[in-house]
Amino acid sequence: MKLNELTVTAALAGLKKKEFSITELVQACLDRIDQTDKKIHAFLTLNEKALGQAREMDKKWQDKPLWGIPFALKDNFLTEGIRTTASAKVLDDYIPQYNATVYQRLIDAGAILLGKTNMDAWAHGSSTETSDYGPTLNPWDTSRLPGGSSGGSAAAVSADMCIFAIGSETAGSIRQPSAWCGVTGFKPSYGRVSRYGVVAMASSTDSPGPIVKTVDDAAEIMKVIAGPDKFDATTNPKPYQADDLHPPAGGLKGKKIALPKEYLLKEMDEKVIQLIKAAADQLAKSGAEIEETSLIDPNYAIGVYTIVQRSEVSSNLGRYDGIRYGGNRSTFSWQAKNRSLLGTFALSTGYFDQYYAKAQKVRTLILNDFAKLYKDFDFYLAPTSPGPAQKLGAGKDNPLFGELEDKLVEASSIAGLPGLSLPCGTVSGLPIGLQLTGPQGSEAKVLSAGKIYQAATKWHLKKAKL
Amino acid sequence: MKVDVKHLAKLAQMEVTEKEEKTLEKGFEQTLKVIDQLNELDTSQVKPTSQVTGLTNVWREDKVDKSRMLTQKQALSNAKKTHKGYFVVPAVIRHET
Repeated sequence: MKLNELTVTAALAGLKKKEFSITELVQACLDRIDQTDKKIHAFLTLNEKALGQAREMDKKWQDKPLWGIPFALKDNFLTEGIRTTASAKVLDDYIPQYNATVYQRLIDAGAILLGKTNMDAWAHGSSTETSDYGPTLNPWDTSRLPGGSSGGSAAAVSADMCIFAIGSETAGSIRQPSAWCGVTGFKPSYGRVSRYGVVAMASSTDSPGPIVKTVDDAAEIMKVIAGPDKFDATTNPKPYQADDLHPPAGGLKGKKIALPKEYLLKEMDEKVIQLIKAAADQLAKSGAEIEETSLIDPNYAIGVYTIVQRSEVSSNLGRYDGIRYGGNRSTFSWQAKNRSLLGTFALSTGYFDQYYAKAQKVRTLILNDFAKLYKDFDFYLAPTSPGPAQKLGAGKDNPLFGELEDKLVEASSIAGLPGLSLPCGTVSGLPIGLQLTGPQGSEAKVLSAGKIYQAATKWHLKKAKL
Repeated sequence: MKVDVKHLAKLAQMEVTEKEEKTLEKGFEQTLKVIDQLNELDTSQVKPTSQVTGLTNVWREDKVDKSRMLTQKQALSNAKKTHKGYFVVPAVIRHET
């Protein structure tokens, strides 16, 4: 196995045993980027200091949780002195003066930034095709999309250009590209990971999280990035409890997993449904009790999410005046206009009650629906996305492309729930992801269940042939 | 539902070409149709949810906290136009003559 193919836990073990150096590990990732990124276009900016940092760190070993582990960071996380664009031309020359909390915690833990990854501009999309710097391609099939908005991060992990990556999710932007690129993605509860220094999309659902090769790695990254942050007043003030992460000896015995029938969509490929049912059988073998149940039709979540997100986007994009930083408002591209204008409409006099207030009320219905579900169940299981990666250009003429592709993860995002996307098989040679979603604050339990699934299956070990 | 794109563009201070105006107008009609499905649900008895953390009134002490501050030099470092340590902004008040 090449060094760049290692997981976080394997790389940490290898470094500790001095099987290889940090410099060799970083060099292996940089070589891989050099060989493959011309084809994939996962990175927008590389950290020129990465190799120098690795050499320095080799000289003075420190016992820190991610000492010497190279990673890729979505380009909407601010990095002091390193260009941050959120894939939007408006921020083409923006050099942040401070660090996002997530990035600060990662480098404090000893992780080494390889570079900043491509995304849908402002995170407005589910394809990475709306990036003002051109699309990222899916390592499994370069005629296809990687998903998005964290498509660069998911593709970089999938193609082994890094040991792990960081993405952010508003509704699907970690889980959907993870599913389409055949990797593991984790969206924590809203407020579990700080949004400080993350270019805002929809502030009431934005949630940073890890995109990784195994659930174990997600757990390791969460230990570093999760927890209260005095710079983000919406973070959960309780410390993050990671001690529940080791799977109980009894497997999933005593755990109840719901299989909502509304999430097995009529229009879905029968093969996708088969894979989810096979995953349910596997979880049952590990001791879980699986029961078919009912949730609010995910189609309603599309309406709620669209209104909430467009409205918050119109507010968040209001700050770009080209005075303090970035270009002026003539540099916005189409999707930003699309979202900002509809949000302005939903919030305007005469329409507020009809659209924004109505959506926020249905949001309450969705929250109540989940509260009812979690009285009886520990998690629910569903596909992450209705199907595998779509062809390049699929999103071009559809004003709701992202919303439709993400319909199975929107309700959980609106409700701020933690959700894990895991590879669970392939359809026509393309990866399919399942989602395991728990109640707010159940990160450790969700990760623990995912770990049990990955211990019993090999789908997460399947790699794209590049 | 027909949406006045030109008016919205003015409110949101976005520059929209005539071609974009047409595409956006059509797209908004399609999008609002999907959103209108929410009217199938009875919400007469529920309150709106604007955030899911359950937190209320998160305060901090009213004291200067240097870790939240940029120096003047840092704050100006990305500005296209500065003057003696200030940001230069376009004129917003017209002088009546």
